Amino acid sequence: MTANPAQQHTDSSRSGSTVVEITGLRKSFGPVEVLTNITTSIRQGDVVCVIGPSGSGKSTLLRCVNLLEQPSGGSILIEGIEVTDPDCDIDEVRSRMGMVFQQFNLFAHLTVLSNCTIAQQVVLKRGKAEAEKVALVNLAKVGLADRSGAFPAQLSGGQQQRVAIARALSMDPELMLFDEPTSALDPELVGDVLAVMRRLASEGMTMMVVTHEMAFAREVADRVIFMDGGVIVEEGHPDDVIGNPQHNRTRTFLKRVLDPTHVDSEGDSGESDARRRIKDAEVAAHAQPAVHDDTEGHGS
Amino acid sequence: MTSPAATAGRVRRTSPRKRAQRIRWIQYGILVAVLIAIIAVADFPQIQKVFFRTDMIRDTLTQGLGTALLNTIIYSVGAFVLGLVLGTVLALMRLSSVGPYRWLAGIYIEFFRGLPTIVVLMAFGLLPLAFPGLQIPFGIYGTVWTALGIVAAAYMSETIRAGIQAVPKGQVEAARSLGMPTGPTTRKIVLPQAFRIIMPPLTNELILVVKDSSLAYIIGLSATSFDLTKYGRDLANTNANLTPLVIAGLCYLLITLPLTFLVRRMERKTAKAR
Ligand SMILES: Nc1ncnc2c1ncn2[C@@H]1O[C@H](COP(=O)(O)OP(=O)(O)O)[C@@H](O)[C@H]1O
Ligand SMILES: [Mg+2]
Repeated sequence: MTANPAQQHTDSSRSGSTVVEITGLRKSFGPVEVLTNITTSIRQGDVVCVIGPSGSGKSTLLRCVNLLEQPSGGSILIEGIEVTDPDCDIDEVRSRMGMVFQQFNLFAHLTVLSNCTIAQQVVLKRGKAEAEKVALVNLAKVGLADRSGAFPAQLSGGQQQRVAIARALSMDPELMLFDEPTSALDPELVGDVLAVMRRLASEGMTMMVVTHEMAFAREVADRVIFMDGGVIVEEGHPDDVIGNPQHNRTRTFLKRVLDPTHVDSEGDSGESDARRRIKDAEVAAHAQPAVHDDTEGHGS
Repeated sequence: MTSPAATAGRVRRTSPRKRAQRIRWIQYGILVAVLIAIIAVADFPQIQKVFFRTDMIRDTLTQGLGTALLNTIIYSVGAFVLGLVLGTVLALMRLSSVGPYRWLAGIYIEFFRGLPTIVVLMAFGLLPLAFPGLQIPFGIYGTVWTALGIVAAAYMSETIRAGIQAVPKGQVEAARSLGMPTGPTTRKIVLPQAFRIIMPPLTNELILVVKDSSLAYIIGLSATSFDLTKYGRDLANTNANLTPLVIAGLCYLLITLPLTFLVRRMERKTAKAR
């Protein structure tokens, strides 16, 4: 199953030059093929949300784009530069792409400000004063200019993730990659991070966002890609893919995400154990205490 | 929360807590008895004369103890710094993707961990004799630094490697995703965090190097380059009295005990951070 060309008429809201062009991308870990024949493209100013069950290859796709994973086949063009080409200066290409990780990955030994300046100084060869000026502008943008002297461990998860966004923005990227930026956050901290991302999108930043926040995807995305089992099952305008999915697998997935208490009757459809356990826990949490089965521990 | 099975087993025997208390009293009793026996048997004037003779204390303190203490510190710090640099290189080689680097580092580490330090020192002491043209820079000091540093590097490299591996992979990925090349990523992101993690074990290595510096005498030191042990031993030999050695020993504790406390504090702090 590959992208449905018929769906592509919808992504016409903001058009520009092509920033990312992925053609026939494959990725295997040993004998296991995790991505199969992925073909898609992102244009300047596009916000593309990638959704799909855990283990479907969303992170791997994102990590292939900035070559944190080496693709096994196919081609990835970033602004016309073939990044899988051994002659390509990948550090230079990466410096024009910001990446935001699920686990924030702030440099633990550096202050918030230094987190945002170090790559500017090392990669872009900016002077300290200039780098700090840029960093403070971006920290102000995410609402954390007053915490520039703090260390990551002194911040909440939501604050750390916003610093991570500021750190990426300080490199003046032309493309931002987000890998489940809110999945590691306490629910009450998700909003702040999404607000920053929403603002970034409205300013015209080209963004590729792996997320489980369907409301965000529906509101902000120009295009949604639904992945399952290493292929793009469905791709198109959020109102189509989320609002009126054409494929069974998309419908099943959306039912689970939008209604965690939903127990589907189809049985196994490639869903990972972790995801099922989360769902079970949610089901248990909604159930009456009397229903609790003592043969299984209810670890906190 | 109470299980019925527990009450059934409660036949009148001594409770575990009472028994533990009784055992504790017996242990105190033995301790007191031994102390009394030692005090009764010991010949205190003789002990004082052998270990703490006042005139010997004065002689030891005035005849160059300061120089010896300084030399021990110079030997140890130099060897430690050399070991640290060489150990870091070895650790990076061990983690290299280039096979031969890994093997070479592995062979080095196994070789120098397997040899007695004193043998390495002897070899370096004899090297200028074996190769007449060879000059180790900084003379005696350079020889001790090299020999002890080479051995210390073998031990430290394993510690440093563990530290590097303990830095989360996400840190490297974040740096690389910002476009930072491998070199700056290692120097500015990985190593600073790795050394923070291994501060306690590295301080222990420093203590070991301080104690190993007492082997320096084997290469034949001149009076101005005596370390604490050699200094104390010579004085003890000429006077057939242990007081100089006792004082030399106390000087070692003067160096190592603060370090030990430092390690404890660092370990408590890292434990709290987790
Ligand atoms: N470094 C790796 N080595 C081996 N298998 C991996 C590795 N990274 C990911 N995988 C596998 O690839 C599949 C896709 O993973 P991932 O891209 O993380 O999925 P998603 O982000 O959609 O949850 C999973 O089955 C996962 O186990
Ligand atoms: Mg993922």
